[in-house]
Amino acid sequence: MLVAVNVLSTCMFQIQFVLLISRQGKVRLTKWYSPYTQKERSKVILVYKRYASLYFCMCIDQDDNELEVLEIIHHFVEILDRYFGSVCELDLIFNFHKAYYVLDEILIAGELQESSKKTVARLIAAQDSLVETAKEQASSISNIIAQATK
Amino acid sequence: MALSGMRGLSVFISDIRNCPNKEQERLRVDKELGNIRTRFKSEKGLTHYEKKKYVWKMLYIHMLGYDVDFGHMEAVSLISAPKYPEKQVGYIVTSSLLNENHDFLRLAINTVRNDIIGRNETFQCLALTMVGNIGGREFSESLAPDVQKLLISSSCRPLVRKKAALCLLRLYRKNPDVVNIDGWADRMAQLLDERDLGVLTSSTSLLVALVSNNHEAYWSCLPKCVKILERLARNQDIPQEYTYYGIPSPWLQVKAMRALQYFPTIEDPNIRRSLFEVLQRILMGTDVVKNVNKNNASHAVLFEALALVMHLDAEKEMMSQCVALLGKFIAVREPNIRYLGLENMSRMLMVTDVHDSIKRHQAQIITSLKDPDISIRRRALDLLYGMCDVSNAKDIVEELLQYLSAADFAMREELSLKAAILAEKFAPDLSWYVDVILQLIDKAGDFVSDDIWFRVVQFVTNNEDLQPYAAAKAREYLDKPAIHETMVKVSAYLLGEYSHLLARRPGCSPKEIFSVIHEKLPTVSTTTIPILLSTYAKILMHTQPADPELQKIVWAIFNKYESCIDVEIQQRAVEYFALSKKGAALMDILAEMPKFPERQSALLKKAEDAEVDSAEQSAIKLRAQQQMSNALVVTDQRPANGAPQTVGELSLVKIPSMSGDQHASVDQGLSQANGTMTTVDPQPASVDLLGDLLGPLAIEGPPGAAVQFEPNAVSGLEGVPSSADYAAIVPVGEQTNTVQPIGNINERFYALCLKDSGVLYEDPNIQIGIKAEWRAHQGRLVLFLGNKNTSPLVSVQALILPPVHLKIELSLVPETIPPRAQVQCPLELMNLHPSRDVAVLEFSYKFGTNMVNVKLRLPAVLNKFLQPISVSAEEFFLQWRSLSGPPLKLQEVVRGVKPLSLTEMTSLFNSFRLTVCPGLDPNPNNLVASTTFYSESTRPMLCLIRIETDPADLTQLRMTVASGDPTLTFELKEFIKEQLVSIPTASRPPAPAPPAAQPTNPAALTDPGALLAGLL
Repeated sequence: MLVAVNVLSTCMFQIQFVLLISRQGKVRLTKWYSPYTQKERSKVILVYKRYASLYFCMCIDQDDNELEVLEIIHHFVEILDRYFGSVCELDLIFNFHKAYYVLDEILIAGELQESSKKTVARLIAAQDSLVETAKEQASSISNIIAQATK
Repeated sequence: MALSGMRGLSVFISDIRNCPNKEQERLRVDKELGNIRTRFKSEKGLTHYEKKKYVWKMLYIHMLGYDVDFGHMEAVSLISAPKYPEKQVGYIVTSSLLNENHDFLRLAINTVRNDIIGRNETFQCLALTMVGNIGGREFSESLAPDVQKLLISSSCRPLVRKKAALCLLRLYRKNPDVVNIDGWADRMAQLLDERDLGVLTSSTSLLVALVSNNHEAYWSCLPKCVKILERLARNQDIPQEYTYYGIPSPWLQVKAMRALQYFPTIEDPNIRRSLFEVLQRILMGTDVVKNVNKNNASHAVLFEALALVMHLDAEKEMMSQCVALLGKFIAVREPNIRYLGLENMSRMLMVTDVHDSIKRHQAQIITSLKDPDISIRRRALDLLYGMCDVSNAKDIVEELLQYLSAADFAMREELSLKAAILAEKFAPDLSWYVDVILQLIDKAGDFVSDDIWFRVVQFVTNNEDLQPYAAAKAREYLDKPAIHETMVKVSAYLLGEYSHLLARRPGCSPKEIFSVIHEKLPTVSTTTIPILLSTYAKILMHTQPADPELQKIVWAIFNKYESCIDVEIQQRAVEYFALSKKGAALMDILAEMPKFPERQSALLKKAEDAEVDSAEQSAIKLRAQQQMSNALVVTDQRPANGAPQTVGELSLVKIPSMSGDQHASVDQGLSQANGTMTTVDPQPASVDLLGDLLGPLAIEGPPGAAVQFEPNAVSGLEGVPSSADYAAIVPVGEQTNTVQPIGNINERFYALCLKDSGVLYEDPNIQIGIKAEWRAHQGRLVLFLGNKNTSPLVSVQALILPPVHLKIELSLVPETIPPRAQVQCPLELMNLHPSRDVAVLEFSYKFGTNMVNVKLRLPAVLNKFLQPISVSAEEFFLQWRSLSGPPLKLQEVVRGVKPLSLTEMTSLFNSFRLTVCPGLDPNPNNLVASTTFYSESTRPMLCLIRIETDPADLTQLRMTVASGDPTLTFELKEFIKEQLVSIPTASRPPAPAPPAAQPTNPAALTDPGALLAGLL
């Protein structure tokens, strides 16, 4: 689960990128925390773990703590699991945007921002309800307009 | 099935999923991109819902790996939407689709700032997240103060503050100046008192970033980190939701320990004690359990604790305890733990005193060589290599040899190289060494590089006692039915030289030896045939009285190859034939090879190149970093077993009596005493070695003549400033210093001209180290000012006197350097146009009542702005012809050149990043090189150099330099001349400004830096 690979990197943040990839090689989520324009090659470590049909990969610097990152992956998966209710690859395909929301509550700048699953779940729920409320408002307005123009 | 809530998006995703192949998928994607493009272009405004849907599709397509080069504007524009749902999409898609270098981002800065300083908490969160993920330098400059305000605001809720902390971390990384150290250090310490663990985790990450750059300012945070660790270790005030598989936030524990590793030491005994209590608890309390996640999390903490223990130089007892723990992990079932156990054990090798405890686990480590996981096998190999010494070399090397036949192909080359090096370094007796190498060639010939057999030949040549043994062994291997070509080479060589020593043994008559070697000839390639021919000639020569029958056979062979298409073979055949006809006169010419001059093993260099990834290397790096911060040693980055190696080598081989060698070894000894990095340039050694071995064996005569220049080659350029006259760094009038520098300042300067880190200056009070990175025309130097005393150095001042062609910015140098502390002063540097002038650092400090003032040249010299490049013959000649004459192409006959052989000159050129292109010039006495020069005015500029030497008189040569810029051509020519002429740089007149350089460099005479550099 720990593999040393060569990639182009600037080595600035703990986690340089996150990649979800299926066993067939289809990408399900990508998130880059460093731009990869510089041509320097440096050794980095790819930490990955497979859950059913999906590989969760995070790329870190070789001096970083690999096991810590391995558990960040698991932490992410547990939160997805809680959010989708026993998450499967299909959930992540059709709701890839939700996976991005969740990831943004866990990592910023390639660093862990929240280690409480409860807190993350609460924040995501709050966001969802904001979106819902907005939708309801919009539809009620369009109802009113529809009524008025009848 | 969960659906996205947007029908169009779901349909698109389904379509993509239903594509039977990549071709179809591309078609579907192209169609969708076309559709989105028209919708965005159409005059009819899109509703927010539509916009949202399209940007999601764009992100999806982008995620699949297709280029999405339009519509960025639409994504960015959603950020300014008034409602949450649109804004959220805008922020998330923008931060995934764009990166910090995108111009569109700049358009959003104002909107983002308004969201950050606005009252809406959810908007604040969105904005902080995006800036934290992709904010660049410009964001850094315009937003940092606002983000700082949010982080310390008492009215903000934790959800905003934790995001602000990480956002600030990114802004700081993009531009460290945005965090004002004086003002921020106290705030940072306060942040670590935070109760909310989310905010605390983020803040600790921020701290790690801050202290990694500059720990000095943040001493007040050190006790707080220890407090955090205590709080977590005792599980005090940790809400249930922050424990992970029963462990109080493992991530926060790791981060706090990481931060502590950036502080050189912990001086306060109370804090140190509390910390060690926590560490002890972690070391003792971690067990291997069934649950994988709990295991990983607790071991993540444990390995970080180990790193911290090593960093703090704990007592031997605790270190041994760590080794014992690691030994336990190596035997564990869980592969990740096994891997990390081995890796960390390798790091432990850097700690003195624990080697014996590590050796206790040797058997287990050897077992790991057979692990099913290749990463683990590699780590085991690294560890065995690192832990090998005289006491266990035999066991370990034999184990490696045994493993060689079973090892994966991917590992064999590294494995054989390592076995060869260990055998050489730690051989209890030399015959064992020969055994090992021959076995190695026998078992893994394909993976044994030439260097390895060259080396064994060198050893045998230099040790008379070994010669009969080696020859007998070689003879034995030749009896094997199928042997590797390398084995043919090495046995043929050894038997050619020493088979006469075996004459009385059965099966070893000249004729028998000849025929057993000749049997192999049909099976070998053209590179081996010349060696065989030499062997035949040598056998003939040794056969006294001559055996007419053998002579006839061998002559027939020489005859046959006289018309061989391969020039090397042809030449040897002709020459040997003619020579062997001469009878007794032959004896001198074909006599045994003289001893080789003592050299650093070329293998070691190769090993270093071969495994940049090994744990050992990263441990060296780690250690080097630590040394920089606490031990004030910046230079000695030799591999762990580099030091015993020199000793081992010298004692292993009898030192041959050639004067050149003694110089070389003395040189080496001196340089080590000085503490500078080894001055031996491995390059000439390996090049020479090849020349010696593959050149016609005896025709060139003994290498005595070449050896006489050995000291020059070995000491490289440091040898240049041999006169002490100009060594004074202070102009005579100002010689008020009573403090004498340690080591030769000029030598240090010249050494640093060739490498990028090392000591620039040292005296009893201070050591100034330097570390440089060069990129095109820019450079970044860090000065490490280390106070060696137990009392502070005050009135520290550093002033840069730059020559006009360099733009240099030195960051603030603190006035006081605390006792035994080291401060780092970064220095940004830009090369404006070509010039050889040197920048000078005027450095002064007060120690007691002494005012010490030194002027040091900075190694920001012309060759640092060169990038090696090799060009093809066509490119070279095209360019060479197009630059037809002065001022772009200049030629000069240089006299008084240090006599260097072409190989030595080649390595000298290569060390200055002038790539020598062998074979371009048809005349073998000439040398052609190319390089690229970078400066702001010239941009990358190709430079071509040709040196024509006169083999009859090595002290003169003709040099031609060409480039597209007249100043550059002139400066580069002068620069190379300075390196070649024995009169060192420093003695040239202050302002030699040539007519060509004059117009572009009018300030040269009035520029204080340039003047000073000229004087030095």
